[in-house]
Parts: sequence; structure tokens; C-alpha cells
Amino acid sequence: MAKKPIGPVRRAFAPWEDGNATPFIEFRNVTKRFGDFTAVDDLSLKIYEREFFALLGGSGCGKTTMMRMLAGFETPNSGEIFLDGQPLRGVPPHRRPVNMMFQSYALFPHMTVEANIAFGLKQEGMARAAITERVAQMLKLVKLEDFARRKPHQLSGGQRQRVALARSLAKKPKVLLLDEPLGALDRKLREETQFELTDLQQDLGMTFVIVTHDQEEAMTMADRIAVMDKGRIIQIASPAEIYELPNSRFVADFIGDINLLECKLTGRNGDSSTLRSEIFDCDIEVAQPVEASVGDTVWFAIRPEKVRIGFDAPATAVNRLAGEVWDIGYLGDVSIYHTHIRDEETIRATVANHSRVVERPMSWEDKVWLSWDRDAGIVLTR
Amino acid sequence: MRNGPSWFNVTSVALGLGFLYLPIVLLVIYSFNDSRLVTVWGGFSTRWYGEMLNNQQLLDAAWVTLRVAFLSASIATFLGTLAALVLVRSGRFLGRTLFSGMVYAPLVMPEVILGLSLLLLFVAVDQARGFWTIIIAHTTFAMCYVAVVVQSRLTGFDASLEEAAQDLGCPPLRTFFSVTLPIILPSVIAGWMLAFTLSLDDLVVASFTTGPGATTLPMKIYSQVRLGVTPEINAISTVLVGLVAVVVIAVSLMTKRQEVRRQRDIRLAEAQQA
Repeated sequence: MAKKPIGPVRRAFAPWEDGNATPFIEFRNVTKRFGDFTAVDDLSLKIYEREFFALLGGSGCGKTTMMRMLAGFETPNSGEIFLDGQPLRGVPPHRRPVNMMFQSYALFPHMTVEANIAFGLKQEGMARAAITERVAQMLKLVKLEDFARRKPHQLSGGQRQRVALARSLAKKPKVLLLDEPLGALDRKLREETQFELTDLQQDLGMTFVIVTHDQEEAMTMADRIAVMDKGRIIQIASPAEIYELPNSRFVADFIGDINLLECKLTGRNGDSSTLRSEIFDCDIEVAQPVEASVGDTVWFAIRPEKVRIGFDAPATAVNRLAGEVWDIGYLGDVSIYHTHIRDEETIRATVANHSRVVERPMSWEDKVWLSWDRDAGIVLTR
Repeated sequence: MRNGPSWFNVTSVALGLGFLYLPIVLLVIYSFNDSRLVTVWGGFSTRWYGEMLNNQQLLDAAWVTLRVAFLSASIATFLGTLAALVLVRSGRFLGRTLFSGMVYAPLVMPEVILGLSLLLLFVAVDQARGFWTIIIAHTTFAMCYVAVVVQSRLTGFDASLEEAAQDLGCPPLRTFFSVTLPIILPSVIAGWMLAFTLSLDDLVVASFTTGPGATTLPMKIYSQVRLGVTPEINAISTVLVGLVAVVVIAVSLMTKRQEVRRQRDIRLAEAQQA
């Protein structure tokens, strides 16, 4: 499975870079505690209209609480949430112009697919004819025209997921919240649905906020990702930035695979820095200014696919290490070489399998050279 | 590998079923006895069923019992469902443990004490005893059975269904009637039926709380039996057993058929997806 570090290319949509843009959803110093446990800790966040925004984090990081506060199922202990400029405090869930797609889908088991989709429209007091028309539209959108009269238990997992989506879209909410929407689907279906969702969001022009623990899901769909940990946001950036320019070891480690080397900063000259790793017994040159003093402990992070591996010592490479192949993970499209440096520490290098041979030239216990460019890795100070 | 059940298993089942049902089988057989003497077989006859229908006192008692059972089961279902909702949904509140203990206390309280305490209460508030006091008494103890049945269903209820309804613009009270109630309805009905049966065959509590003109069937049967068992009693008991059996079998067949259909639908959906 190839990594998909960069989402579909979008037409210059970046309201968050415009200082004057008004946010559509804003969390202002929001804190939510459950007893002694602080689920969301003094968190501020701006989400813009028509954005596809992902809250990404492990379980218990507070991402679901954020979504539930937006939907109105939880009330923040302090701070305020604004939607389209209006404070949401005191507005009950049934009066908020947001709709949510639940992780469990929460389809009403005693109603048909049609009735499920029509439920929200009936609450609005929409005319019967208009409801019928909208339901037909929605069924067409999610390609379930033939299943209108079925009950939820007569549907497969993928079909239920689409009914849940249709039901939450039927009222054309200003914001659609998606709580782990693809969690229950198998891999192939999940990948298809990811792209369907992005297309849908662009066609409908709605603001989507998705909560997920699956980095690939966030990467493929979102315009921006907020990586959360322990009730705080660690980094908010586009998928490519999150992947290529993580701001901390937590983000670097959470998103994708990465080699982390503890180093000392030994030199700063203009746009580049030099590091020294005692464990690997090597000097590393990085084309990046580092905001730390000489002698400070920093971490050098480099993605496995940016490490070159070969039998011959690279003559020109600035950064290189000699090692021995310890383990090979063959994934079909790529192979991951776990290389031991000085018999103990491991660095992983990924190589695309360009030719169709079963026997790879590189094998266990081969002596190899690893090398990388000056701009391949990143220095992290926290 | 043994193919059939062993003689030990067969004997155990026979003894167990015999212990449970032999008295009832005997009762049913003797209800068709032609003889006036209950213990002597005098040939097959249905004459006691005819006599039963002509016994106005017995029919009156049956009518009182049915009305009491219907009304008390309905009130108990309403209150018991509310109690279950509070216990499952309200989370922690002051006095929750006390409340749940008090809801369930009648389950384990001896009937005699329950009956006596209710009698004392009715006397203390100077309430004339009769039809309505029996209903109140039956509601009191049937309610906790309903609460138990409904609570077990509510515990397995996905709370996100209600959240989904509210999220789609449905106010809380309407959510209860359009989403929650339809889903827990089977357990509410089961609770009602349980309460109905409990009220139908209660003797002790009814005896304590009854008054003139409100004699239930169990009380009537009991007082007649003290004067000697008549085949008429066997007949009406057989009718009762038959009634209960028909309802129970119907309900279990219904649930079973639903489950079978559900399983088939799921398989069908999966096959179409593939």
C-alpha cells in the first residue's frame, strides 16, 4: 500500500492564510472536564466556510468531545464556541444548524431507509411533496434508490453508512460533523468512500468536520488537519505540511513512519545546521535553521522513503551511515529495510520495488550504506 | 460417540418435567371428570365447563380479576417504564442508590408484609377498601417487575439514537415518543404482560386489600376450596392455564419468527453487497 502523503490537488483554497477571513466555526479557549479528567484543555481553533477539516488523534485525545460540544451534546466548562458569528452556549442540539453522522450510524431500526432520511425534514415541518422529492434526491446521491423500503438491519455495513450520510445531508446543514465515518468499512470500500466524500463536499460546498484516528483518512480527505493529544492541539496544517514539516516528535511519530535520532546541536551557520548523534556516531548536516542553542538536545527526523540504501559508499552524499540489513519487510509495492547501525540502533529505509523479481538483490546481513540529502530530514526541538 | 441421549438424561428430564407439570396435568384431566367426587374417575364429560359458565359468582370474580389485572398492569407499566428511564438515563443523582433500592424492594419483600403494610396504610388514611385499593396494591408490586424488564432493554439501547434524533431537529419529548418508545416497546409489552399475569394470580396481597364486593378469582377459588374441591374449580383453572399457555406460546413464536426473518434479511443484504 503506497502512502498517500498529499491529498487531492485543490484550487488554491486557503482562507486560513488570509488574516482578514472570518472563521465559520470558532472555539475560543474552550475547556471541558469530566470529573478529574480534562478532555479538552483551553483550546482555540478556527475553521472556515467550505473547509474539510479533520481532528486527528488517538483515543482519549479530546477529538470526539470537541465534536460533541459543537453538536450540543456536551457543554464546555469554560470558553465559547461560535458558529457563523453566533455563540452556541445554551442552544440545544435540536436547534443547531449542524448535523452529525454518528460512528455507530445510529439509524432508527424501526424505520425504513426512506423514513430515516425523511426524519430530519419532518421535524422542520417541510411539506410532504417536498420531503418526497428531497429523499429521492438523497437516495440518488448515495446510490440507494433500490433500497428505499428496506429497514436498516436488511442492509450491509456499507449501505448503512450511506444511509447515515444521506440522513445527515438531507437537511442541508451549514456544517456536517462526521465521527469516524469510515471506521466500520473494509479497506477497499473505505478508500472508495473517502474520495466520494471529498467530491461530495466540494459539490455541496458545505463545511465538513471529521473526527478520526486514522491518519490516512485525514490525509486523503482534509484541507487541514489538527493533530490532537491530551486535549490540546499540537499542530494544525495541511496534510502535506503535517507530513513533511511536523512541528514535534509527537506529530512526526503519529503521522506515518519516521526515524527519530536524538542529537546535539553542534553548529549553526545561516540556513543550515550541524548535528552530532552519539549513538550513531555520525555528524548530520541539515539545510534548516534551528531555533536552539549549540549544545542543546534536538531530534533529527527522517522518513524511511527519504533514506537511500545501496551497496556502495555514496561518494557525494554529505550524510551517510554504514550498516547491516537486519530485517526486510516486503509489502509488495515497497520493501522496508531495517538496517542496524553499529549493531544496535535501527534505521528504516523504504525502497519502491521497481522491477518484478521475487529475489531482491539486497538480503539479510548484507553490508550496506545509507545516505540522505541535506533537505531530506527535519530537526525537531520538542 | 454416543448418538442418542443417555438413559440418565432422559430420566432427569422426565423427573423434572413431571415434578413441574404432573399436578397441572392431573388438574386438567380431572376437569373432564364426570363424577362429582374429585378423586374418583367417573368417565369423560364437559359438564363442569357448562356449570362453570352458569356460576354467576365465579364469573363475577373472573370479571373483577380481569379488570384489576388490566388496570394495574397498565398503571404499573407506565410507572415502571418511567422508573427504568430514570435509573438508566439520569446517571448519578442524589439518592439514586436509595431510589433503585426502593424500586426493587417489592421484588424480595414477603407478600404478607406488603399486603399488611398496604392494609395499614389504607386504614390510616381512612380509605374504603375494595376494587381500587386492590389495583393500587397490585400496581405497587407489579411496577418493579416492569422496571426490571424495561431497564434491561434500555441498558442495551444505543443512546446515540436519541442524540441522532435531536441532532436532526427533534425536541427531547418528541424524541422519546418517535424513537425511544417504539424501540423499547417489546420490553414494555413484555413488562405489561408480566404485570398482568402477576395480578391475575395474586391471592395474598388482594386478600389484605380487598373490601366488600371486590372478590378476585383466586380469592373465590381459595374460599371454595376450603369448603371442598369441586370439579368446577378444576374447569376454571384449566381455562386459566390454557389462556396463559396460548399467550406465552404466541409471544415466543412471534419473537422467534421475527429473529429468523431478521437473520435471513441480513444474509440477503450481505449477499447482494458481495
